Amino acid sequence: MRARGVRVDRRRFLATSVTSFAAIVSGGCDRFSASPTFREFLAGAEGLNQRVQRALLWRGALAREYTPADISPNFRANGSQDAYNLPAGYVEQADKGFLEWHLQVDGLVTKPASFTLADLRALPARTQITRHDCVEGWSCIGEWTGPQLATILDRVGLRPDARFVVFHCADELPRYVDGSHAFYESIDLIDAYHPQTILAYEMNGVPLPVAHGAPLRLRVERQLGYKMAKFLTRIEVVNRVDHIGRGGGGTWADDGYEWYAGI
Amino acid sequence: MAAHSSARPHAWRWIHRYPAVVRVSHWANVLCVVVLLMSGLQIFNAHPALYWGEDSDFERPLVSIYWASGPDGRPTGITNILGRRFDTTGVLGWSWINGRPVQRAFPAWLTIPSAQDLATGRVWHLFFAWLFAINGLVYIGHSIVTGRFRRDLLPTRAELGRIGATLRQHLMLRFHQHTERYNVIQGLTYVVVIVVLAPIAVLTGLTMSPAIVAAAPWLLDVFGGRQSARTIHFVATWMFVLFAAMHVAMVLTTGFVKNMRSMITGWYRVSE
Repeated sequence: MRARGVRVDRRRFLATSVTSFAAIVSGGCDRFSASPTFREFLAGAEGLNQRVQRALLWRGALAREYTPADISPNFRANGSQDAYNLPAGYVEQADKGFLEWHLQVDGLVTKPASFTLADLRALPARTQITRHDCVEGWSCIGEWTGPQLATILDRVGLRPDARFVVFHCADELPRYVDGSHAFYESIDLIDAYHPQTILAYEMNGVPLPVAHGAPLRLRVERQLGYKMAKFLTRIEVVNRVDHIGRGGGGTWADDGYEWYAGI
Repeated sequence: MAAHSSARPHAWRWIHRYPAVVRVSHWANVLCVVVLLMSGLQIFNAHPALYWGEDSDFERPLVSIYWASGPDGRPTGITNILGRRFDTTGVLGWSWINGRPVQRAFPAWLTIPSAQDLATGRVWHLFFAWLFAINGLVYIGHSIVTGRFRRDLLPTRAELGRIGATLRQHLMLRFHQHTERYNVIQGLTYVVVIVVLAPIAVLTGLTMSPAIVAAAPWLLDVFGGRQSARTIHFVATWMFVLFAAMHVAMVLTTGFVKNMRSMITGWYRVSE
């Protein structure tokens, strides 16, 4: 019985050693994570990822496109999905086909313009079946249709000092959470002019459902899903993004996620 | 380096087993693997399910960790592996933080940071992934240039011929005194970890990047899709844990002090 007792003790000792070691590492790292300087140091890897990926990637490299047979039967929606985080009357407007909705395009452009849904549908459209990779880890494949962002930027004409394209959204989740700016996101001109960067008004052949950002959402196929802003209301061309929201360049970036979400 | 001999009756000599590059890269690797494992489990917790193929079939994950109320209303943590369900309450699915039950796949003491925080987990993981890759390249480059890889790690033909006998001795837990050379099983294990496991871990990690696979779509074909790559990445993680557990057990059982001293100072003491 003694031998057995020793064995149990040894097993317990091993288990305790492993869990204590992990807990010390985890707790120690919590202290580091709480330090803004250290976090900024670690987050330097984001800049490295962006520079290396941009250097390695041919700028026009396309994300893989799939066949209709590959479309996921159950495409998960994430973030704001219903009336709860949307302005009053938004879902009713969706039911009527967004007749009063329009997309304002302004900022560092030569000819600011406003597009109704009919205007956007009249533009040349691109249809692409692509994989949507969520930062959480899952992927879904869907078909998206809409004009290339480049078409719209060419219509309004960029001024020479333009550097980023900011997407303002109807989604008010961040306003409810911390009273900040409504949901926004931004990309640079490399992604803005990428052929697969489109403003999608259709998903899987039907008008974009509210859960996926009706009536218009951004698709930036070489980045993670959280960059693909939903419920678009305004596109603003800017030179810098640090005066918008909390200055991170997007609601998720303000929340600690990478602005460049290529990995 | 010349071997020092001692005047004492029980003579031993010192051999210089590990050059500085190997020692530094070894300890840097320990740090990287621990942080990558624990921050990786934090990232996994954001969607604790694994799939095969390009996309996620949410109804049929290969592996999933979730929580439910048991028949008596008590919280239950459940781990599903290929359709078989295991009650893992206390560790996986439901665990306790300061006496309070919390719904999470891997417990707080195994993740970086301890609280559920995907953004911070990613910051840690992506930083140490760079360190792991650069450190690995320096180590492999050094081993090849100095001939260490061929001389010390790759087994000779004669050793491969004796692999059955060596394996039998290992299974009987009879280990030879470590000397200048790794035995064939040790050497092969290191080679597999360095040449197969580590590159697979790095490449499946890169395959999860939408930017990387736009530039190198063949990665998706090699690993059978983005979700397959994620699953392989997870399995590779636990292969590293298995390797580390065996490695630490061997270090402990074959002379802990001598082994640690040699990986810190480079010098290993051999009895004459």
